[in-house]
Amino acid sequence: MSDATLPAMPVSPASRWMGHGSFWLAAAVAALLVILALRGFGSEYAYFAATFVLQYVVLATAWNILGGYAGYVNFGAAAFFAAGAYTTVAIGKALGLGLLPCIAFAALVGGALGLGTGILTLRLRGAYFAIATLCLSVVLQTIVVNWDYVGGSRGAYVIRPREVPWLFDSYSGFLCAVMVVLAAAAVALARTIEKSRLGLGLAALRDDEAAAEAAGVPTLRLKLVATTISGAMMAVAGAPLPYLGSYVEPNSAFGLAYAVNAIAMPLIGGTASWAGPLIGAVLLASLQQAATVTISSAANLMIVGVVLVVFVCAAPHGIIGLFRRSR
Amino acid sequence: MEAISRRNFGRLAVAAAATVPATVRSQTAPSGPPIRIGYSMSLSGGLAGNGRPALLAHRIWAEDVNSKGGLLGRPVELVHYDDQSTGAQVPGIYTKLIDVDKVDLVISGYATAIIAPAMPIVMQRNMAFVSLFGTGVNTDFKYDRYFSINPTGSNVKETFAKGFMDIAMAMEPRPRSIALVNLDSDFHQRTAESARFLARQHGLRIVYDRAYPPSTVDFTPIIRSVQAARPDIVFIGSYPPDTAGLLRAASELRVNFQMMGGPMIGPHITAQKLQLGPILNNLVVWDVYAPEPTLQFPGTQALIERYQPLAAKENADALGHYVPPLAYSQMQVLEQAVKRVGKIDQAALAADMHANQFDTVIGPLRFDALGEWTEERNLYTQYQGVQGNGIDQFRKAGTQVILYPARYKSGDLRKPYTAGAA
Amino acid sequence: MDPDLVLLLNGIVSGLLLGGLYAAAAAGLSVSFGMLDVVNIAHPAFMVLGALLVALLWAATGIDPLILSILLTPAFWALGAAIYVAYHHFFERRGDEAIQGLAFFFGVMFIIEVGLVMAVGPEQHFADASYANTTWRLGEIDLPLRMLVPALVALAAIGGLVFFLRRTFTGRAIAAVAQDREALRLLAIDPVRIKRLAFGISIAMAALAGGALVVVQPVDAWSGHVFIGRVFAIVIMGGLSSLGGCVLAALAFGVVENVTATFYGPSWSPAVAFGCLLLVLAIRPQGFFGRTA
Repeated sequence: MSDATLPAMPVSPASRWMGHGSFWLAAAVAALLVILALRGFGSEYAYFAATFVLQYVVLATAWNILGGYAGYVNFGAAAFFAAGAYTTVAIGKALGLGLLPCIAFAALVGGALGLGTGILTLRLRGAYFAIATLCLSVVLQTIVVNWDYVGGSRGAYVIRPREVPWLFDSYSGFLCAVMVVLAAAAVALARTIEKSRLGLGLAALRDDEAAAEAAGVPTLRLKLVATTISGAMMAVAGAPLPYLGSYVEPNSAFGLAYAVNAIAMPLIGGTASWAGPLIGAVLLASLQQAATVTISSAANLMIVGVVLVVFVCAAPHGIIGLFRRSR
Repeated sequence: MEAISRRNFGRLAVAAAATVPATVRSQTAPSGPPIRIGYSMSLSGGLAGNGRPALLAHRIWAEDVNSKGGLLGRPVELVHYDDQSTGAQVPGIYTKLIDVDKVDLVISGYATAIIAPAMPIVMQRNMAFVSLFGTGVNTDFKYDRYFSINPTGSNVKETFAKGFMDIAMAMEPRPRSIALVNLDSDFHQRTAESARFLARQHGLRIVYDRAYPPSTVDFTPIIRSVQAARPDIVFIGSYPPDTAGLLRAASELRVNFQMMGGPMIGPHITAQKLQLGPILNNLVVWDVYAPEPTLQFPGTQALIERYQPLAAKENADALGHYVPPLAYSQMQVLEQAVKRVGKIDQAALAADMHANQFDTVIGPLRFDALGEWTEERNLYTQYQGVQGNGIDQFRKAGTQVILYPARYKSGDLRKPYTAGAA
Repeated sequence: MDPDLVLLLNGIVSGLLLGGLYAAAAAGLSVSFGMLDVVNIAHPAFMVLGALLVALLWAATGIDPLILSILLTPAFWALGAAIYVAYHHFFERRGDEAIQGLAFFFGVMFIIEVGLVMAVGPEQHFADASYANTTWRLGEIDLPLRMLVPALVALAAIGGLVFFLRRTFTGRAIAAVAQDREALRLLAIDPVRIKRLAFGISIAMAALAGGALVVVQPVDAWSGHVFIGRVFAIVIMGGLSSLGGCVLAALAFGVVENVTATFYGPSWSPAVAFGCLLLVLAIRPQGFFGRTA
């Protein structure tokens, strides 16, 4: 995987764009194949398991744009995720729109929230930034709890439409296909960022912000761009949630599991490249889903903790790092 | 690994009950493939404190049925997964249960947050669905095969706080003002709405009306503000951690109200009964069951007696007065419908549940069009004469007397509420 | 007295008592996060671990919870020291403590919580102190001992810690390690040993805070979540390495919360408190009581 290493020297714009184009194409093909495979499988449970895993692919990939590329740890992933979910609730209720336009709105809301976070935390680094995002999560949750229009602490019901769109055999199938497309787009977007000037700038930011600034990297602007994109993508990950469960309430939408997984998955996969969060999310989310229906006790939460601790101790650069070192 | 072994033990117990029921006299042994009943249950996370007793009650039911020859002559088997008290896990669990495990029947886990996410899956398969402790789940779905085991009935706003208000308005002198405090949660917003509605009807002045968030640590400011508003009666809706905090604060601030209480879920859990002890005296609490002679139905006492040693062994709620009777009834409704229908036919089961009355350990039940009880049964009970922190006083009648409804009344109101002060 | 004034005074006093509990919870973090730069997000989980152990021991022996928590401190010190050894070996030495270290403690937090659920069950546990039902009254002001005693014990412990850090050689070495590691080497002190000692102290403080917590309220495995945001907020507002600042910030946090709850209703008090922190972070990241950068 040559594309997993950061290109140190400038690449000519033409070849870079070619590369991006073909990667997007490959992602689209992969998405199509996954949809067809799931369709062939035809089991509702397969749709559910896949949707569950893929929402984490989007979330982890989104987190990694800020956390992995730029080195800013966001503890508030759940807040952005919930912002997406509640955008669906609010827009669906106010304008009566379906899932797809709601996802677009969620991206806008999440992006705005990300930009706001970025502006508010311009001067913060390291742990301070992490704590600020944690606070943001609390404040946002309090606002949602006190906002009666979206159900407040009662939660909101979002009933799935009776008719199934297009060629899908069930609404779960449709939901799953949407999630596949979102995940493919998220991964492709992450790779595009990683290989672009933006990605290089963010890497410089991560390694030494002061030096990067001195070298003429517009750190401030890059950081705002990264928080905005990352926020928008996390909200997109959360947008389908109300349709998945038909019921959202603040405690579960802002659940700690999302925040933990958003951090754990990229770390386990490897934060330096787009493949890390993808691998980490697929691995950890599948493990959790499998454990829920096999071990089925508190022990399956234990797995997340133990896997996370073991990985950060034994494989600090994630699974990707392990492979690179052994080569 | 305790939880795993518990689960395995559960399977073993069921399997044992399924394979060696020959010891039971005269009954024919269940045979054939088991009838599998699937559900999600919170065995970890915030709801587990009530999820585990519910599961114990389900297991007792399964053993009971299997020792009596099974259901339709087949043994019953419980298939359940831990949802970690997270609604997001629930849709996956039910699709797995239905698609992969091919269960014959589904029921719900504990509480609204777990029931609601299961609804779309269950509705898609048109299965009959008996739920446990859900409030108003079906008002939006309007699913005609949903049946709720929850005493609040379908008209929460007009009936929930009625008992409390009726008791209060019968006091001499009549109260003129009320304070409302509630946890900001689904259930307690509904209960507070009911209290607010009925208070206005009775012409009570509402002098304090606020919700508090789940993360509250110190409850002194709330109780103090209530005190400062000088209400005659206080209606509080709270969940276990907060109830202890509120009552402790009430005791520390030496409250003196003509009447205080409401749906303060807390003393329903044995550990909290014991910790609060005399602070509970004269508190008027909404409940679903109390061990009073007026509220005994066939099987109630037997269930409690079976439950308590099991709970002691598994370290679950010691008395089991709150969730287990309802959880057992949940299974009884399913059992009686299946027996009457004579086969596993979801449409026929639902029709049967709508049409007939069910005799359960919590009394006779009937379901309305939305699947709620046709007749609500909100009990208002009062703790009386609690001394010290011993458990035995709570086992016997007279400690938690029933004030409302009249048909189960077992004692008279004592006032005022002083949080344990003599 | 004017009833509103009584409300305000009582709001402030109960806020100060609540602040005492917060100070107990935050003091250990002020050592680990503020002085050692170890972002121990699992600190509240250690506190809950302490609280549940105290509850179990109390049920078995009936000894006062706060005394039990003091008896637990050596064990927690050793636990903390062991965790620091692992942390140093895997992260600090390699120089990637920032993200990986955070994730490590996130994992530790999960392991503690789930381990507790599996060991003692998801129910709430409690421990009754003999004084928990007594309330002192000074005129119109109430001082419930349930809040007062833990707050005083916590403040005393923090006072002792401050004394230790100021007056003893090792204590000053800990304070120094926060500022300049290399200087310690010049004095032939092993900074790792000093940090191990200090991290042990921070976890021992968590045990003490656990004792205080279980006196104040019933505790379950997740009780720590409520505190994560608050303790970090307090430590940052207090200016990180300053224990005095940490105590002042904790008291301020408690007062803001309770006065808001008294006059504007409890539903906004968390947002007000955390909103304050966000403002502090945005405007004055070194905290109210920290040294100006």
